[in-house]
Amino acid sequence: MSEIFAALFLFAGSFFMFLAGLGTLRFPDLFSRMHAATKAASFGIGLMLTGLVILYFSWYLLIMSALIIFFIFITAPVAAHMLGRAGYLLQVPLYEKTIADEMADVFERSSSHES
Amino acid sequence: MTTNLSPLLQVAIYASFALLFLGLFATFLRLLKGPSLPDRVVAIDLFTMFVMGIIILYSAITGLTIYMNAVFVLAFIAFMGTVAFARYLEKGTES
Repeated sequence: MSEIFAALFLFAGSFFMFLAGLGTLRFPDLFSRMHAATKAASFGIGLMLTGLVILYFSWYLLIMSALIIFFIFITAPVAAHMLGRAGYLLQVPLYEKTIADEMADVFERSSSHES
Repeated sequence: MTTNLSPLLQVAIYASFALLFLGLFATFLRLLKGPSLPDRVVAIDLFTMFVMGIIILYSAITGLTIYMNAVFVLAFIAFMGTVAFARYLEKGTES
């Protein structure tokens, strides 16, 4: 019974990571690409580690997996925030159908809304 | 090397390997053609995530859970590299 759950979690996690790669390839601008890469990939890693803990339960593995999931869920938003801010300050062009740009009041872009 | 996994689990793990390598290939294409430097940094960050997933699958198929140490170190190095790149890019805009 636990093997079925482990297979399900491992496959679901790798499917989410595949979606992250596909979104990184297909999305139109930097910020939507970062949205796909950060969230889907960290969620997929969490699912895969959960499947591994279900498959081979030990206290070492449980504590190590909890540490890794906690660390990724803390650091991935921080890294994505810093990278998005740097990309915005570097004037990376936004997607032409962008409807909200709240930082435009704070920081003047020379060329907004180009694709 | 324990190979006494059930056939369902073996099929699931090999299909997961295929999905991870497809995603790795898509990320590699983005790394090649990314129009700006932050795009390439996002692709490199996602590379490390995929390598972590591949190590997790490898330890699932062999039963060697000691590889979780490598996953932890890779997560730390990916965070440090991305933060260093973002700081470097942001400092470049001020001067």
